[in-house]
Amino acid sequence: MNLTVSSSPHIRGKDTTQRIMLDAAIALAPALIAGIVFQGLRAGAVAVVCIASALLGEWSIGLVLRKHDTLLDGSALVTGLLLALTLPASVPYYVAAIGGLFAVVVVKGLCGGLGQNTFNPALGGRAFLMLLFPACLTRFPALGTVLSLGELSPADVVTGATPLHHMQMPALPDASLMDLFLGRAGGCIGEVSALALLAGGGYLLARRVISVRIPAAYLGTVAALALLFPKGESPVLWMAYSLLSGGVILGAVFMATDYATSPVGPAAQVVYGVGCGVLTVVFRYTGLFPEGVTYAILIMNAAAWLLDRYLVPKRYGAGKEAAR
Amino acid sequence: MKSLFFGGVHPAGRKELSAAVPLSAMALPAQAAVLLRQHIGAPCEPLVTVGDTVCVGQKIADGGGLCVPIHAPVSGVVDAIEDRPHPGGGVCPAIIIKNDFLDTPAPTMKPYSHPERSTPTELLSIIHEAGIVGMGGAAFPSDVKAKTGMRQTDTLILNACECEPYITADDVLLRTRTSDVLQGLAVLSHVLGPDRTVIAVEDNKAEAAALLREHLADFPGVELKVLPTRYPQGAEKQLIQAVAGRQVPSGGLPRDVGCAVFNVATAAAVYRAVYEGTPAIERVVTVTGEGVKQPRNLIVRTGTSFLEVIAAAGGLTDDVWKVLSGGPMMGVAQRDLSVPVTKSTNAIVCLSNAQNGEAPHPTCIRCGKCLEVCPMRLEPLYLHRYSGAGDLDALDRLHLMDCIECGCCAYACPGKLPLVESFRRGKRALKEGVK
Repeated sequence: MNLTVSSSPHIRGKDTTQRIMLDAAIALAPALIAGIVFQGLRAGAVAVVCIASALLGEWSIGLVLRKHDTLLDGSALVTGLLLALTLPASVPYYVAAIGGLFAVVVVKGLCGGLGQNTFNPALGGRAFLMLLFPACLTRFPALGTVLSLGELSPADVVTGATPLHHMQMPALPDASLMDLFLGRAGGCIGEVSALALLAGGGYLLARRVISVRIPAAYLGTVAALALLFPKGESPVLWMAYSLLSGGVILGAVFMATDYATSPVGPAAQVVYGVGCGVLTVVFRYTGLFPEGVTYAILIMNAAAWLLDRYLVPKRYGAGKEAAR
Repeated sequence: MKSLFFGGVHPAGRKELSAAVPLSAMALPAQAAVLLRQHIGAPCEPLVTVGDTVCVGQKIADGGGLCVPIHAPVSGVVDAIEDRPHPGGGVCPAIIIKNDFLDTPAPTMKPYSHPERSTPTELLSIIHEAGIVGMGGAAFPSDVKAKTGMRQTDTLILNACECEPYITADDVLLRTRTSDVLQGLAVLSHVLGPDRTVIAVEDNKAEAAALLREHLADFPGVELKVLPTRYPQGAEKQLIQAVAGRQVPSGGLPRDVGCAVFNVATAAAVYRAVYEGTPAIERVVTVTGEGVKQPRNLIVRTGTSFLEVIAAAGGLTDDVWKVLSGGPMMGVAQRDLSVPVTKSTNAIVCLSNAQNGEAPHPTCIRCGKCLEVCPMRLEPLYLHRYSGAGDLDALDRLHLMDCIECGCCAYACPGKLPLVESFRRGKRALKEGVK
């Protein structure tokens, strides 16, 4: 008889890393589908390229660092998918591939791997591409242009302004709020449909993969600042357009909630969300580019551990309740 | 119903494996290995030598300081005094008694003449002499707990939560010997003189709760509190929070917040000591799990080997994975099944391979589930990190010593980190002050 002797607890819950990653992928599916519906099959092809390059990156870094096989933990899949959602459907395939590799190999793998990286891999990948190929990432196919798969690098796509471009002018975009909510507007593959993103976010909340703290603090801060400092005539309209255009919902629900790069303490999470919101609005108002979500989250990523360090939850037996 | 303490988890109870099996007495063992360390505090010294004849219930070991005596669980001859494996880990000196199967009672085993008119001091002395310890697993000498709680306790809690999965020992005891438990509680109440006496039971034990409610007519002033089932509600600090809404200060004791908590089996042992004159020589042990053929609730004399108890439950299955002293959340995995039952062995849980949820490459993904479930509101993921790094300052700053090792964090961890193991290592390092 061979009895196993190891530490308690001897039973474990059903949650696994794989299951959580699968949930994240499921939650992202509506946004990808909306991207394909509104921008054509090429959006799906970009996602395939990003995922494939992310998996290739994961496999190769495992080989080099002689780590156990992490290809199937689902983390690289989610990173690739997230990256794709932050790119325009017109992005050249090789640019998408470079982004996927950089995200997984450099931003995640070389910074410690799963759970240890400081910066969000997908956003790190996107920031890298912004540096190398700014034109590919800031030009979007005009609304209604459906890209075919064969266009390897559709340099000559008709460029259309996104709602955020208008808001930088500043002016309210032509698109109606309902268009923005559903996804009938220019933008990156995964950011156009607020409805699809919120459906995915609802799924993550229901599955208890994420808590509402970071997205609520993030979106709440953006809303509050837009109300306080509107550039349009109506503060409420300006707030609504600020929330629905650009990548702020994608960022708040799926990027800022990334486990490895966000704080774990409840108070720290709220402060982190508020920080993301403030920086997003500041970058949108003052930056060169209309959008500021990527850099807002990346900067807050760097503060995540610090926030956890100083905003420690009040433990049992430490508060006033400890008195008789 | 809302949870009344912080965090916690809700594993599958699996109590159905043994809950319906009636309590039965196990056949006496041919040999009893009486460990000299069966309580928290100073170990006992033997009062007998090899070759001595002993009676059942005869005091055979005792000591000074924080210590309660140990009694012979069977009658017979002392065969040896030697080191034996301890279910808590390591080895410990034990008095080995060869059973003569006569079950000759010691002359000291007689009921106390006037329990109703006894003073608290007299009752404390009976509890001490009977060698009673916290039988829920903690094994703290009960007389010391009661004595230090005198005049400081406004809330006396009988812990009938039995929140560990699989175990049904307290449940069965409550259903079979309801009035014994309540009379034992009345003795403790008489000693402590609290304003409130509360029986705390979880709502997965409806039958026990109903029986208690019936019997409470005879015990005016005793409250029954049915709590929503959630692990680790039966942990002392969490139960105090759930019942009294108070938090034991960090590094403090229940009496610091006016509370005293006693387990069901402890109350039953107090009853038997006071009303029947029987010291702590037997207890209810649940032998259960998917790894044992016929789960049972057995009355077992201390010193009986796990092997014999398991045999009385039909033996192990072929796919047995672990044999635990205690429950699956906090129990200790056994290597050598010759270990004997002690005063605080409430269960022998045998798990099969299907329960193996360990992972070959545990990895923290910083999901924060461990924080959500920690009943002490600590930050397990950081404790794990700093424990691995040997950063004692950080471990101290994050109050590793407040960890109750309940295992909720590791249970909830999707990366399957061995968190409790790492905390034990960190605590050892903190105690030794090694960098």
